[in-house]
Amino acid sequence: MYGWLGKLLRVNLSNGSIKEEALNFEDAKLYLGARGLGTKIFMDEVDPKVEPLSIENKLIFLTGPLTGTLASSAGRYEVVTKAPLTGTIGASNSGGHFGPELKFAGYDGIIFEGKAENPVYLYINNDKVELRKAEHLWGKTVFDTTDELLNETNTGARVSCIGPAGEKGVLYATIMNDKHRAAGRSGLGAVMGFKNLKAVVVKGTGNVNVAKPKEFMASCLDARSKLRENPVTGTGLTTYGTQILVNILNQSGALPTRNWRDGGIFEDADDTSGEALSDKYLVKNKGCFACSIGCGRVTKIPDGKFKGMGEGPEYEAGWSFGADCGVKDLAAICKANFICNEYGLDPITLGSTIACAMELYEKGIVNKEELGRDLRFGDAEGLVEFARLTAVREGFGDKLAEGSYRLAEEYGHSELSMSVKKQEMPAYDARGVQGMGLEYATSNRGGCHVRGYMTSPEILGLPQKLDPLVIDDKAQWLKIFQDLTAVVDSAGICLFTTFALGLPEISEMIRTAVGVNYSDEEVLRIGERIWNLEKVFNLKAGFTKADDTLPPRLLNEALKEGPGKGLVVRLDEMLNEYYKVRGWKENSEPTAEKLKELNII
Amino acid sequence: MDIRIKMGKVLIVSPEKCTGCRTCEMACSFNKTNTFNPQKAAVTVFQYDEAAISVPVMCMQCEEPACMKVCTVGAIYKDENSTVLVDKNKCIGCKLCISACPFGNMSFNAEEKAMVKCDLCNGSPLCADLCPSGTIQFKEATPTELSKKKLVADKFMQLFQEVNN
Repeated sequence: MYGWLGKLLRVNLSNGSIKEEALNFEDAKLYLGARGLGTKIFMDEVDPKVEPLSIENKLIFLTGPLTGTLASSAGRYEVVTKAPLTGTIGASNSGGHFGPELKFAGYDGIIFEGKAENPVYLYINNDKVELRKAEHLWGKTVFDTTDELLNETNTGARVSCIGPAGEKGVLYATIMNDKHRAAGRSGLGAVMGFKNLKAVVVKGTGNVNVAKPKEFMASCLDARSKLRENPVTGTGLTTYGTQILVNILNQSGALPTRNWRDGGIFEDADDTSGEALSDKYLVKNKGCFACSIGCGRVTKIPDGKFKGMGEGPEYEAGWSFGADCGVKDLAAICKANFICNEYGLDPITLGSTIACAMELYEKGIVNKEELGRDLRFGDAEGLVEFARLTAVREGFGDKLAEGSYRLAEEYGHSELSMSVKKQEMPAYDARGVQGMGLEYATSNRGGCHVRGYMTSPEILGLPQKLDPLVIDDKAQWLKIFQDLTAVVDSAGICLFTTFALGLPEISEMIRTAVGVNYSDEEVLRIGERIWNLEKVFNLKAGFTKADDTLPPRLLNEALKEGPGKGLVVRLDEMLNEYYKVRGWKENSEPTAEKLKELNII
Repeated sequence: MDIRIKMGKVLIVSPEKCTGCRTCEMACSFNKTNTFNPQKAAVTVFQYDEAAISVPVMCMQCEEPACMKVCTVGAIYKDENSTVLVDKNKCIGCKLCISACPFGNMSFNAEEKAMVKCDLCNGSPLCADLCPSGTIQFKEATPTELSKKKLVADKFMQLFQEVNN
């Protein structure tokens, strides 16, 4: 096989057995790898009704056929499981260097089953694979765990692990690799913690081969030159990181402010922008494996009460701790983000949950005694304190650890949770970016911006500018974006490449790497197949059309200012159109013909 | 005619720009062996988390190459452009040169039974071509550039010793 290595590891944590098995080539051709193939394997083996935090749930780490090659930003692996936060299919991918190292060790991926009696970690050194005791690491942060594991295994190895948040079952715990990179959303780290699996350490010295070396190289060089010339991937993200979006979204009137209560303009946005981050706290730029964009930021708060060093924040994290909590202190925003990386939790959901708690407090629904302190919008110290408490489930942090939906529901006000399918929506006010509203409502893992990224055409004008305030053609656009994103995620490359690359470039890299002569249309069809499979999973898990919706605030409370003034999200109209475009029934279920056409049944 | 004769170009590394992406490793490995494998690259990016620095390290094309001195069979030589090269036909794979190189810039490809060493890709190094941050550049060897190169080498030596101590 080319691109793929053709080999998986199956690790049963209950009885400690470790087996190698062959990758199913037919499935690999239909679902590529990572997100798509991971979901296919998961569905073949696990009932979608499984309890996420139960011994029957499995946890799959899977690379894509382009992972570990010179394809653009090809450093990604996906973690697939049933997600604790949402109860949907859980699939989150991460960059850094862990995914490529797994391939250099000779494996496309790892399937974890069962639950270890005591904490363990998996050490892979090429074909030497063993489960080792991890009691001494339990309770330790991501950074300490990583350092200790590198010392006791191989300093050149790569580590993917959980922090205290994953151990304590925070419902939005992340899986962290290379210290600062996260398989971030939906709480996959809690599944790892439930299984008593502290970490996966991998060292590899083998080859990743492609089918047509000369043609593959030509396609990579072509893609790299397009990435370099594109204003977003060649200049914007490279110079300022993803935080460059703060001012762009604020100017578009779509930067959700104070739990989305105060519309899409944050008066202090400039203080929290990528430009401010560069001026004040940037140490250096950092890139994931083989990435020509290098959007990562190493940042340092040199002194003061928020002193610290780490990476980020990314735009969505900076937004959740910043505009969404009404906090303008960039040092506090960075600090809360460092805590997320050290303890292993998702900053989007954490910031949104704290913002929800702030609104509950200001409305008098949650009182000071319960919280242990005041918690008004704009409280930088409160933000950082609750980030810490949540990471270890102490005090009110124990309630925040359940996410905003369960928190607000407990107090009888689930409408104040800015979430879809119990996962918080990030950073783009859909009232001012209508296509994003449809994207949130239909995303197969709940509130999420990286299952289509309609912000690209609606705000950034790539590949062409769409009016963000209208609903025309959004369903058609979203379908293509969702399908293409599924391809990109499943191939093992970064979604950011799609600012500069389209279907032809991505298809050419895949074709020449794996040696399957897909047409461009067939490649996009893979994405559609993945999207439909995920939908089938969610339907089997019990989701219905009623779950394809948005918080009432976005449907009923119009924006008060900015370009989108007077608008709510016109979801129903877009949704009906979307189901038609997808070839689904009015009740959101794919038709039998559609599933047959896609080889799903 | 080799481009370096006209231009006097050398590889200049500016670690302060390096994002640690290791594109250079992949470019080198693929260019030389048609496969992706960092072990087969003649360049390695050393990453120091604490200090937040990354340093791509490849053969310095030394004036007095230690590898060349210790090679008992005369397989290591300098070509007319002062590029230090390994003659595969003469090399017996004794690996003395690996021990001799003070920077650790020699390695052995066990599959192909050949030494791995930067040969400047015949005057057009792919690592420099593809380096996205401008960290690795193939430039004219002005005195300033050369002193910078020495500075980087010294800095790296220091780090290397710290790590080993």
